[in-house]
Amino acid sequence: MEKIIEIADLTFHYPQQDSELLRQVNLTIHKGEWVALIGHNGSGKSTLARLIDGLLVPTTGTLKIGGTILSDASVWQIRKKIGMVFQNPDNQFVGANVEEDVAFGLENLAIPRAQMQVRVKEALQRVNMWEFREHEPARLSGGQKQRVALAGVIAMRPEIIILDEATSMLDPEGRKDVIKIIQELSQAGFTIISITHDINEASLAQRVVVLNDGQILQAATPQTVFARGEKLLAVGLDVPFSEKLKVALSRQGLHVPAGYLTEEGMIDWLCQSISKT
Amino acid sequence: MNKIILGRYIPGASFVHRLDPRSKLILSFFFIVVIFFANNVQSYLLLGVFTLFCVYLSKISLAFFIKGVRPLIWLILFTVVLQIFFTRGGQVYWQFGPFSVTHFGLVNGGFVFCRFVLIIFMSTLLTLTTAPLEIASALEALMLPLKKFKVPVYEISLMISIALRFVPTLMDETEKIMNAQRSRGVNFGEGSLIKQLKAVVPLLIPLFVGAFNRAEDLATAMEARGYRGGEGRTKYRVHFWKRRDTLSCVLFGLLTLLLLFLRNW
Repeated sequence: MEKIIEIADLTFHYPQQDSELLRQVNLTIHKGEWVALIGHNGSGKSTLARLIDGLLVPTTGTLKIGGTILSDASVWQIRKKIGMVFQNPDNQFVGANVEEDVAFGLENLAIPRAQMQVRVKEALQRVNMWEFREHEPARLSGGQKQRVALAGVIAMRPEIIILDEATSMLDPEGRKDVIKIIQELSQAGFTIISITHDINEASLAQRVVVLNDGQILQAATPQTVFARGEKLLAVGLDVPFSEKLKVALSRQGLHVPAGYLTEEGMIDWLCQSISKT
Repeated sequence: MNKIILGRYIPGASFVHRLDPRSKLILSFFFIVVIFFANNVQSYLLLGVFTLFCVYLSKISLAFFIKGVRPLIWLILFTVVLQIFFTRGGQVYWQFGPFSVTHFGLVNGGFVFCRFVLIIFMSTLLTLTTAPLEIASALEALMLPLKKFKVPVYEISLMISIALRFVPTLMDETEKIMNAQRSRGVNFGEGSLIKQLKAVVPLLIPLFVGAFNRAEDLATAMEARGYRGGEGRTKYRVHFWKRRDTLSCVLFGLLTLLLLFLRNW
């Protein structure tokens, strides 16, 4: 598989701070992969995302995006390949209304207007927000605003989409909508990095990277990572509901399967166990 | 909080709504200049009828326009009263020291009142039928020649549009903070002036902090989406000068001619 992001010996700290936010991070992400970055508050997740997009400059180490080393000279070229959606839906809405916000990134790239119209429509239809194209942000829910932000990213046709806790401020309904779109985008071949607190969102990824105090603790499939159960709680992380239920059942003296079970897997297993007794 | 009618856009598809924001902006300014030419009952009547005709064309209820006058009513009445008391001439109805109510004074007071109301009606018409962002982009288009004098036109217009876009967001936040303070026992709008001012401080500080945080987030988001300053960007929103814009200009031209004909020289 083609490597799209290569991070080597990356260390970062803010000039005014002594402690390092990221220490010796090595990570390779392949094209089309969906990687979830998890970790407690202050573990360096968002910092890592900002470093990948060149919004922060690493103290030491190198970042290679699509084979190009990230530097002052290449940062704007690289940013074209990366789209980012941030946490607060209100603080990333630049345009006056939905379609203008989607067009903002395209205006920056100096795309001709005729082409912009095509791309804006396409992107908004993809996130089911085309009917809302003339709405102002004040008339949209949080989930709708995040879908618009996603459309803004899609319209720019990046290769990598980074979601920096994009669902954390949404209500369950809005979160479901956004996650559904992320799944569709992943299937369409975009490389996705989602930084999240929502374990259910992380469990949808192909690979979960656990960050703890600026270091990568583990990088493996969701099944492997979540099977660690209580050890994840120790680094300040939540585990999925199915895992919690499993732990609670085993405390009751029940024999539970060793690996991680998805929610559906858990339901199946429970049904089977009940029908056996 | 929701009483601010100035800048409250009402979406619609009327003739006035569909006018190019540039022509609406120019014509509104033009009207304000022209109104100073009116100096008798006929000319004010003409302008009044014309304004009502424009209001009719906008398909927006007259009540909205009257609401627009309300916040300024004291300023208007104060000016009118000054006019009445200090204009001399004609028949004297009442006199007390330097104050006098004369025929001219009353007529002038009436004219000043009409002038104010018509100006407010016209500018309200502009803001009710034009989204704030349309006005901002029209301003940008009209300021473009200033680029020659190194005025950062794009940046100014982006600043205006961001400011406008954040008005509702910050109003919501103010409401939230006020409720949070109220739940801790703060009384807004009660007690002496000093007390009221003191109550505003714990409102303003979190609002400022919040605004700064938002600004930083927005700046990061804009940079992530490739914003590198106003130069070399293309525009999604463009203006098209249509037949109705030319028509409106002609109409205003005729109005001016008629007005010059009707006024006393």
